Amino acid sequence: MTIAPVVIAPAIAKKPGGIGRARELGIFAALLLVVIAATVKNPNFLFSPDGWRDLLLTPSILVLVAVGQAIVIITRNVDLSVGSIMGLTAFLTGRLFIDIPGIPIWIVVIASVVFGALLGLINGALVAFAKVPAMVITLGTLYAYRGINVLWTGSDQIHPSDLPKEFLGLGTQQILTIPVLSIVALIVLALAAWYMRNTRGGREYYAIGSDPAAAELYGLQVTRRVLSAFVLSGALAGLAGVFYVTRYGSVSSQVGSGWELDAVGAAVIGGIAITGGVGSVWGAAIGAMLLMTINRALPILGIPDFWQRAVVGVLIIGAIVLDRVLAVRQKRQLIEARDES
Amino acid sequence: MTTTASTRVIRDYDRSLWRRIIVNREFAIIALLVLVVIVATVSIRGFAQPITVNYLLLDVAPILLIALPMTLVMITGEIDLSVGSMVGLASVVTGVLTEAGAPFEVAALAALTVGVVGGAFNGFLVTVVGLPSLAVTIGTLALFRGLAVGLLGTTAVTDFPETWTALAKAKIAGTTIPYIVIPFLILLAVFAVVLHFTPFGRGIYAIGLSKDAARFSGVDVERTKFILFVLSGVVAAFAGIFYTLRFGSARGDNATGLELQVIAAVVLGGVSVFGGRGHLHGVVAAVLLIGVLGSGLRLAGVTSDVINIITGGLLIFSVVAASVLAWAQRLRSKAGPPFRVAASPAP
Repeated sequence: MTIAPVVIAPAIAKKPGGIGRARELGIFAALLLVVIAATVKNPNFLFSPDGWRDLLLTPSILVLVAVGQAIVIITRNVDLSVGSIMGLTAFLTGRLFIDIPGIPIWIVVIASVVFGALLGLINGALVAFAKVPAMVITLGTLYAYRGINVLWTGSDQIHPSDLPKEFLGLGTQQILTIPVLSIVALIVLALAAWYMRNTRGGREYYAIGSDPAAAELYGLQVTRRVLSAFVLSGALAGLAGVFYVTRYGSVSSQVGSGWELDAVGAAVIGGIAITGGVGSVWGAAIGAMLLMTINRALPILGIPDFWQRAVVGVLIIGAIVLDRVLAVRQKRQLIEARDES
Repeated sequence: MTTTASTRVIRDYDRSLWRRIIVNREFAIIALLVLVVIVATVSIRGFAQPITVNYLLLDVAPILLIALPMTLVMITGEIDLSVGSMVGLASVVTGVLTEAGAPFEVAALAALTVGVVGGAFNGFLVTVVGLPSLAVTIGTLALFRGLAVGLLGTTAVTDFPETWTALAKAKIAGTTIPYIVIPFLILLAVFAVVLHFTPFGRGIYAIGLSKDAARFSGVDVERTKFILFVLSGVVAAFAGIFYTLRFGSARGDNATGLELQVIAAVVLGGVSVFGGRGHLHGVVAAVLLIGVLGSGLRLAGVTSDVINIITGGLLIFSVVAASVLAWAQRLRSKAGPPFRVAASPAP
């Protein structure tokens, strides 16, 4: 997955907008550093068919979840149920192929995405209309959806033999050495990024996250906008569920378990402020890539697998401290600029 | 979770004393708990057995312990997601040191020290560096869990002194109540007194309602929050030691996911995630309610997935119901006589 090149203005340090770009570039640089360090140690990390594919393919699923999570966090909410939604939609995907032999793949994909969106709609309705905290609602639906998933699945499992070969093939097919799933994830990411940055609707998410009361007074449809954020998050988690099935070929009742914290972690690493209103989905995607890539790189760099979570923790804390430093610096620069004029 | 919350005022004095005491969220949870216990006793075979009480209390003990400081942390509007990982880390520290030949008492003290240090680290980042606690403790959730798994890998330490493991499972003479209830009750009493009868405790509520107003009122906001995070860390470590002794096993993945159970119970008990409201008796009742529901339903043959659905649904229902009631109350107060001072329910 290639990141669109960012043109850096000469006096970037003087422009408030430059902070955001510096943030994403910083994480991207960290990602490059990890890849380079691992490749120097073992060229196969990057320069082998498996290595290259894993570099692009494995993060694709978390990228989707992280992008949805980023949109929700930008509105100053959080969605803890994305992992459970992913699990439910993954099982639905497998079930449809089993129960309706010969069903077209595109219908299954749409059904799963719509199902994920519906689950997100439930979250959004409760948060937006009932005016209750998103963390509590999605904590409740995290349990409820996971419970429903386990109830529905039982001890049942989806096996590769249950799935059409063409569907499983999507998990390994490539176009110009780039995996199909990565291309789809990149397209979704680009669409989300464009929408968030270049449309009035997208900008409204930031306005709501920056100051919900001001947004309300300004006349924005806060309720509807928050609702749509959760729907988007659910839909993307649904798509991630489909990706999971086509990538791994088997589904149990624990698919996606614990992914919600990884998604939030990726968004935070990527520069999304947990307090809302700041960050871009590009950052969340890069954060997701960094999280997943570092898991593969650590063993090569000589750090045992067991320390992976600790490194992730340091990464998250380091990211938010960096955000704080940048914010303080920006504030100081703005004050200086004001005093100069 | 730090937000620029506008000032909220809670006025409750237009209601008679009995309504203030009885008609509230905490009492509803307590009433529901009593109701569930009665129904379970009558309709579920084996539920009324003394041994059920023993296992129920052993099961909920770690959540009960951790929920106490978590309640105080959440009343200030912050949150600590790293408690589950701290339980795991304390468990591992206890195990590693015991395996290395240290007396168990020394290992336990070291684990408590780790809890203090971990809590101080969280507190430092939230108060001195000024970071949002949700993001910080997601980071330390991964960090502490990572350290726990890193130290022990996939192995487990199972060789603990018989006197201690026996104590963790022993019952108070003449009852089926496990000994862990004693330190819990002591902590509960201490926390309740601190929260409700000291300037420090009133400061906690003030911070949750409006950090800036609290600051101008003379409350040391940073120091208070720092202390609460340390308390959260050390109590989680204590719960980790108990967890280790009860199951006789120290593993890196002990108590994974426990933090969400604690938060679910605290919120169910009436604490607002925005801060400023909550009571310990509501939280204790909520923990017991979830525990009783789980225990009773398992005895009735219900699988854990259904129990999870019920727990999730109960959590959602409780916050939505509270929101709807608040909305209805605001509606009614608008329609009331103009001379009447309307109550302003907390959001």
